[in-house]
Amino acid sequence: MNPRESVSATPAIEVRGLHKSFGDKEVLTGIDFHVDQGEVVCVIGPSGSGKSTLLRCVNRLEEPTEGTILVEGIDITDPETDLDKVRTRIGMVFQQFNLFPHLNVLDNLTLAQRRAKKRGKDEARRIAQGNLEKVGLGDRADAFPSQLSGGQQQRVAIARALSMDPDMMLFDEPTSALDPELVGDVLAVMRQLADEGMTMMVVTHEMGFAREVGDRVVFMDGGVVVEQGKPEDVLGNPQHERTQLFLSKVL
Amino acid sequence: MKPSTRRRLFQGSLYLVLVIAIVALVFVADWKTIKFYFLDMDVAKQVWPDILVTAAKNTVVYTAIAFVGGLLLGLLLALMKLSPVAPYRWLSTAYIELFRGLPALLVIFGMAYAVPIAFSWHPPGGSAGAGLLALILVSGAYIAETIRAGIQAVPPGQREAARSLGMAPAWTMVSVVLPQAFRIITPPLTNELVILIKDTSLLFIAGMALGDRELTTFARDSLSQTANATPLIMAGLMYLIITLPLTQLVAKLERHQNRGR
Repeated sequence: MNPRESVSATPAIEVRGLHKSFGDKEVLTGIDFHVDQGEVVCVIGPSGSGKSTLLRCVNRLEEPTEGTILVEGIDITDPETDLDKVRTRIGMVFQQFNLFPHLNVLDNLTLAQRRAKKRGKDEARRIAQGNLEKVGLGDRADAFPSQLSGGQQQRVAIARALSMDPDMMLFDEPTSALDPELVGDVLAVMRQLADEGMTMMVVTHEMGFAREVGDRVVFMDGGVVVEQGKPEDVLGNPQHERTQLFLSKVL
Repeated sequence: MKPSTRRRLFQGSLYLVLVIAIVALVFVADWKTIKFYFLDMDVAKQVWPDILVTAAKNTVVYTAIAFVGGLLLGLLLALMKLSPVAPYRWLSTAYIELFRGLPALLVIFGMAYAVPIAFSWHPPGGSAGAGLLALILVSGAYIAETIRAGIQAVPPGQREAARSLGMAPAWTMVSVVLPQAFRIITPPLTNELVILIKDTSLLFIAGMALGDRELTTFARDSLSQTANATPLIMAGLMYLIITLPLTQLVAKLERHQNRGR
């Protein structure tokens, strides 16, 4: 058997029967979901639909109550799995950027490379600088996060995640905390990543991005996947009433 | 009466009370006696420069030792209190409640006199060492609560970002959470430092050797030798010279932090 084939046949992310409760409030009520390698999946839905919780379960920032989550075939709900090692392969971008405010941009990008990937100082810096160039901020390596605009901070956060050489990227409403005029720069970087073939799971309210960049759109409501398919189908010709209702409000 | 007139009358009477109080104090006070007992230059020359090069120096050195020791102990206790292992949490809570509930004076006394008898063990460094150990035990309890609050004040997103990058919990704490926590608690920690400076005065109860005396012990001894309170005034001034810049620093830091928010 060709090992390359067996790898590409394995989904990047596979979620089976996922339940998640906070106290007695069930946020996810049985999710089956997957992202193929190289695929860009946009998850949309009203607030409280559980889409961010689903995303946060994929790198186990949230502990699933029930169900299985496979990342490149590795069961991350298995207590024997080295979670830190799996996480270096899953880049994550947060709504609130979550840059480390006490470190400058370069150190934000090198810290985890050195602590988690045990890279040397020079190698980490070289990789960091390369990723800063990629997001268009090669000249801001010495700046502190507080000196950057929201859009620049989010691009630094993307570069920070990329510096771990992840196989896939999770985006948790990456543009929701940004001033409208700064959204475009961040989306452009994400579009570039998608064009390069990065596997991406994007929780977003940017319907334009979902339509143009997404390979598949997943609509969630009330803790379940209601509808999914090609962007033009789900966004253009939704089958379910709840999808229609949601889209009529946001489009 | 118009409201504005009433307001002016009220403010005027406040000033009047203040002026009367000051004038009364100046006339009633026996300035000659005060000068004789509290501001005697001959006595001042007797204790100078010992009060600076020995007593004030010891106060500063003791404070530094107790603060560094208290920080290390406090950090350990804070991490125990946030530990996922329940017995560590209980131990830490019990310790903190115990040493915040006991008077520092009593702990110093116990460490200097009771512990050597009870355990046939003398803390290193003689009476000063025993007293300092007690100060570390007490300040560690207070500092632990400050550090715990600081750790919990770091936004959860910081920990999540570090963990999502694959950083282990220990590295996340050391490289991401603690640096930010200590930045947040610099003002309250400086307050702890100021309190500690003044608490070194309690060390007198341990019975200090001559060269080990800090400001208060030194001033009390001088008071009994000279039958004059001038050394007490001098010691008080020394304390103020040490503490005032620190309290000013706290005020400045707090203004700075408030502006940042």
